Amino acid sequence: MTARFQLGEPVRVVDTGASGHVRTPRYIRGKRGVVERICGEFRKPEELAYGRYDGERESLYRVRFAQREVWPDYSGPADDTLDIEIYERWLERSEEGR
Amino acid sequence: MSLKHVHDDRSAELLERAFRELLIEKGLVSDAAVDERVEFMYARTPALGARVVARAWFDSGFKARLLADGSAAVRELGIDVGALKLVVVENAPQLHNLIVCTLCSCYPRMLLGLPPDWYKSVEYRSRAVREPRAVLAEFGVSLPAGVTVRVHDSTADMRYLVLPMRPHGTAALSEDECAALVTRDAMIGTAVVVAPKV
Repeated sequence: MTARFQLGEPVRVVDTGASGHVRTPRYIRGKRGVVERICGEFRKPEELAYGRYDGERESLYRVRFAQREVWPDYSGPADDTLDIEIYERWLERSEEGR
Repeated sequence: MSLKHVHDDRSAELLERAFRELLIEKGLVSDAAVDERVEFMYARTPALGARVVARAWFDSGFKARLLADGSAAVRELGIDVGALKLVVVENAPQLHNLIVCTLCSCYPRMLLGLPPDWYKSVEYRSRAVREPRAVLAEFGVSLPAGVTVRVHDSTADMRYLVLPMRPHGTAALSEDECAALVTRDAMIGTAVVVAPKV
């Protein structure tokens, strides 16, 4: 399996509404950012949490978001950013990163 | 509630004990294995992370390798980090990094030991992403104008260590003396490293 998204690519976090032991916090769902780093492939946390240790692996990315994209009322400078790890199935291509 | 004063939760302690005793009773782990692991983790202290930071200050080649692949570089120093996937983020005159785990309390324990209670508090976990500059100010970090704040939410498989800036006035210090200046909080991003008073 190869990584579907490239370094610097604008992406959007999809909101699947999934709950349980997922590692995509609600505050970042629906937000647009840019791939900062491709971290490699890892097993799915929501399977590991329930004892399935041989599930398939999935690409993990670090995605960088402008704080003003994450929090529309963010009071700090426009350059402030938030980097967060997101698994591939939570990402889709976006026309623009910010 | 102040970020620096989070009270112990006794019910969590009881839950841990009940759970541990049940696991031992069921034969899933042994008492000795638990003790061994606890001792291993207590032997981990921020001094390990400080050693890594000081080496990066003194050896630019090491620093480049550390920023490219944190775990591999740390292993060069003979530090066993297990399966840790370490990402090292570097502070610069125009950039300050801050680490948080909003979902739980992911922390580079192999290099810093156990996280402080405030790191695990709901208050720090929610506010560090929402209003990092206010949180930094409460920790006594005042950033000059023009400094960008970059928050890292440690949500999945990576663990983070901040490489703080080496303070002015430390040119005459040895690597070990510099390491002694590097605090745990400086490696989380809630402090900066300061030179010793002359």
